[in-house]
Parts: sequence; structure tokens; C-alpha cells
Amino acid sequence: MSSVSIRNLQISFGVLNVLEKLNLEVEEGEFLVLLGPSGCGKSTLLNAIAGLLDIAEGQIWIGDRNVTWSEPHERGIGMVFQSYALYPRLTVEANLSFGLKMSGMPKAEIARRVSEAARILQLEPLLQRQPAQLSGGQRQRVAIGRALVRDAKVLLFDEPLSNLDAKLRTELRVEIKRLHKRLGSTMIFVTHDQVEALTLADRVAVMHKGVIQQLATPKEIYQRPVNRFVAGFVGSPQMNFLPGTLVRKDAGASFRLAGGSEIDLTGYEFSRPFHDRQNATLGLRPEQAQLRRSEQHSARLEAIFTIEEPMGPDTLLWGTLAGENFSVRISSDQAASIGAPIGIHVNIAQASLFDEAGDRL
Amino acid sequence: MSTPPAKIHNVPMGEGPSGRAPKGVGPARIGIYAFLVISALFFLLPLYVMIVTSIKPMEEIRLGGLFTLPTTITFEPWAKAWSSACTGLDCRGISPGFWNSVKILVPSVFCSIFVGALTGYALSFWRVRCANLLFAALLLGAFLPYQVFIYPLVRIYSATGLFSTIYALVLTHVIFGLPVMTLLFRNYYAGIPIDLFKAARVDGGRFFSIFFRLMLPMSIPMLVVAVILQVTGIWNDFIMGLTFGGLANRPMTVQLTNLVAPTEGEIAYNVNMAATIMTAAVPLIVYFVSGRWFVRGIAAGAVKG
Repeated sequence: MSSVSIRNLQISFGVLNVLEKLNLEVEEGEFLVLLGPSGCGKSTLLNAIAGLLDIAEGQIWIGDRNVTWSEPHERGIGMVFQSYALYPRLTVEANLSFGLKMSGMPKAEIARRVSEAARILQLEPLLQRQPAQLSGGQRQRVAIGRALVRDAKVLLFDEPLSNLDAKLRTELRVEIKRLHKRLGSTMIFVTHDQVEALTLADRVAVMHKGVIQQLATPKEIYQRPVNRFVAGFVGSPQMNFLPGTLVRKDAGASFRLAGGSEIDLTGYEFSRPFHDRQNATLGLRPEQAQLRRSEQHSARLEAIFTIEEPMGPDTLLWGTLAGENFSVRISSDQAASIGAPIGIHVNIAQASLFDEAGDRL
Repeated sequence: MSTPPAKIHNVPMGEGPSGRAPKGVGPARIGIYAFLVISALFFLLPLYVMIVTSIKPMEEIRLGGLFTLPTTITFEPWAKAWSSACTGLDCRGISPGFWNSVKILVPSVFCSIFVGALTGYALSFWRVRCANLLFAALLLGAFLPYQVFIYPLVRIYSATGLFSTIYALVLTHVIFGLPVMTLLFRNYYAGIPIDLFKAARVDGGRFFSIFFRLMLPMSIPMLVVAVILQVTGIWNDFIMGLTFGGLANRPMTVQLTNLVAPTEGEIAYNVNMAATIMTAAVPLIVYFVSGRWFVRGIAAGAVKG
């Protein structure tokens, strides 16, 4: 277990600055997920932590050591790749022991570590097989095992589940979480899959264009996104955005939709002051709007739904509200009338408001 | 309503085609075979003449009849060509040339492939400064006709005292083999996922340990291709052996030309043919033994291992 500290990191490819003045503190034993669309610099950051990439400026600390100029194997890290990157034509056992043999470790110690890792990851029956004879999930377990035998203080995962089919992905996700609980090592996990991010992470760093947009717990990221990018990137289906204007009232405020209807904003916690008549966007997640009214619902809006998607446990309704696309998630035992205006209820305390620049109000 | 699982049974079928389409022998196919047979004959005919002539006694050859089968078979021309035919005053046959060629071939093939593989590996995996520029320069070297280099090299070797030694020949072959070998291995390694290299680095691999423990064992198909290319190329070399080898280190090809060069008296066609077959045998055997590997290696390079 080691903390990881990234200070003023800058990475450039030619004249292009991929990361600029990036700072990140990962605590000991923390599970941090770097989440973002492709090209946001998350894998670049991970490669820099591993020492596989030249950095232009800044420092990387692992534990209390400055590893900025250290070789990858001197950093006390293990890394798992999306493509598994198992050594071909070597058995699983040889794959696990490859690095240890290269470092000249005594045979008995190698055998002990390999069998320990094989036991943890249930690889014992597969030890004599070749990577080509393994399924995707098994290959990725071997790849994780290769990081485990190194006794790494920090484990780095570069989209390890992206090549797996949906069912295996869920299984291995749980397995990785269990592994984290068991080992307690610091883990940094790169993904573009928000479900992985929300389920695995202690904290999520949402990245966009080389900048960390928000670093917070999954709950906070989901419920109180700091800007429209985070709000739109996290959550599936996407958060609904309704443009309108803020209107100051005697005691509080209200939000006037483009269609003219007004929503009372009592209960919404503003994170900063706003002006009267300021343009703003109201963000509502599909499950934050409901057909049935309950106590916490404070506002009523009218929508027309055109498509119904039964998902199993719940149903998605797609339509329009005040001229904008709008989706609602309802439990599957409810029925909705399609094609006719229907009232929906929202809890404004859970909603998000963004100013014109896209930052949270 | 749910439907029960479907059972396998036949339904009545209509008129017309059903199942797999028949493959006929069309005119295109006949044309292809005719072309293949003719080109095979074209290339095999000289070989046939060589073999037949090499086992005929001189009396039979004098009768003409280039294509006739021998009435008496003799292996004397082969023995003579190998060990007692004269080139000038030297009457030891072509065997010294064979051994010279082997002495040149083995270190040249080994060194050129090793250096080429190492350069290709460095260029594709390690962030070499100006790697693309270096590679372009190397490729340029592959396209320059090497006759241009001969005279400067002669001067360089004589200034360094290497001229007329086997080292000069080996060095020349290694250097001239480098561009193609580097190109071959660089492209092969470009097909290997970079993650594999990264994983090896995290596992503690250094420049040479990753090369020897990971990359070289993975390059076996490409190594086979490289061996075939280099063995045939270096064995068939004539001009380098003639220029740099000196009298003592003449490769087999040079010795062969001296042997078959018309001298006074009767030309021993059967001996010449036998010597030629022996000289050509090495590349021929290499192709026959490893042709399968050759195709596989090229394919592996294209698709990625």
C-alpha cells in the first residue's frame, strides 16, 4: 500500500499538451477510477504513473519516494492492460513468473508467490495452459495475477474489462472489487464505462480534454455533478437538459422553461449566487422524474412520450418536454399512456442547475 | 403465448437449384492449369538438361542430343567437379570454394540477422530519437545499387588491412544485409501489440532482457524468413566474393565461374554441369526444406502473430 501523488504533471506529444499542470492525490489503499471519453488523457496519465511515458514537467510520488525518473519496475507497481498482454507461447505459470525470473528471485520464492496468486485468482487448474487456450475472462485473471506476484503496492488497470463480453465484465468487476477489499492495495483504474466507475471506485476522477473535471465519491459525482460535461457523461441514459431562465422571487427562486411554465426552486441548494433573468439549464436524471406523485415531489411538468423501452426491472419512456428530448425511468409495473400529454413529478432538491458556461449553480 | 422449441423436420422444396453449387471445370480453370504447366516446364527444362548432362560420359555428349537420356550413367563428372577439376593451376575441384562459402555464410547470416533484429526491435519499441529519419536513411541504403560502394570499400578495407580477408567479406554482407533485415523485423515488431512490451517493462525487463527473453522467441517465423533470404542472398553473391575475398577466400560462385570459363582443349560439359548443380544446391535445398515456413512467416508478418 502506497499513496500516489501527482504534482504539476505536464505531458506533451510534440507541440500538443495532453496533460497540463495536473495534480492528483491518491490515498493509501484507495480505489480511484479515472473516467472519461477516449482521448481525454486518462490512459496517458496512467502510463505516466507507470513510467512508460516521458513526462515534460512535474513530479510523481509513490509512497514517500519521488519516482519521476525511475524505471517502471522500480516503482512498486503492477499493471493490467486492456489487451491482456500475456506473453504468447508461455504457459500461465511462466507468464506469472516471467518478471520474477528476470529479477533473479530464488526459485522457491517464485513458486510460493505464483501459487499464492493462482490461489487468490483461482488459476490453479490453468497453470500449465497457454494463453491461447484461455477465455477472455481467464486471460484477464492471469494478467491480474502477473501484477499480484510482483507484490505491487499500487495496481494500475488500463481499461481491463473493455475487451470482455457483458456478462464476464460484470463478473470480473465484482472480482476486482473483492480483490481490492482483500489486498487493500492502492488501485488506479482507467475506464470509459461509467458503470464500472460508479460501482468500483472510492473516488472517481472525471477527465475531459486533459483536465480533471471533478474528483469525488461516485455518489457525489452522480448526484451533484459540477458541470454539464460530468452531468452528461455520467449516467445512462443521459441526464435530461431543459434550457430556461432563473427568476428571483421574494423568498426564493423559480425556473422558467422555454415553454413558459415555471418551476418553484424551493429546496434546491444553490452552490453560488445567481442573477435575476439569468439563462440556465435544468438537469434532471431520468429517474428523478416520476409519473406518480410522492411527498418529496415539489414540481409538476407536462411531457409527451412516444417510445416505451422495457428494460426488465424498469421501463424507459422517451418523448419531449417543452420541446426538448426527455426520458423518464419508471418501474416496470407502471403503465404510461403513449402519445398524449402526461404529468410528471420532480423533486427539485435532487436536480442540477447549470449556468451558460456549463458550471453548476 | 409461447411457441414450443422447433423440431428438425423436412419441408417440401421447390424446383431448381438446391444445396451446394457444383464446381465445373470452366475454360478459366483450364487456362490457369495450362499456364502453370507451361511455366513449370520452362523452369524445369534447364534443370533437366543439367542433371542429364552431368551424368553422361563425354563420348555421349559429343554425339549431341541435349535432351536424350544417358545410355551409360556415370558419377565420375561429379567426383571430378568436387575434388579434382582444375581452375588454373589449382586442381582441387570446387570443394575449397564450398568450404569458403560456408565459412563466409555462417557468420554473415548470423550477424546480419542478429543486428537487423536488434535494430528493428529498437526502432519499433524504444523511443529512439529521430527513429523515422534513421529508418528512412536505412531504407535509402537498401535501394542504392551496391556497385556504387565497391571502390570506396576497397580503399577502406585496404587502408584498414582487412582487404582479402574473410572478415572483409563478412562485414560487407552484414552491412548490406542490414537495411532489409531491419525493415523486415521492424515491420514484424510493429505488428506486436505495444502493451506486451509495456507489460515486460513493468515486469522488470531491460533493453536486452526484453529482446532475448520475449521478442526473439516470438520472432521465430520472421527468423526463418530472414535465414532463407540471407542464406540464398549470401550464397549466391558473386561480386563481393570476387572483389573483397582475395584468392584464398573465393566463395563457391567465383570458383564455379573460373571452373567453367573456357580454357584450351575440350570443354568438360558434364563436369561443369555437376559443379553448377552443386553450387546451386544449397539455396535449392533451403527453399525445398523451408518453403512452407517461408510462406507462413510472410503471412505471420502480415496478419500478426
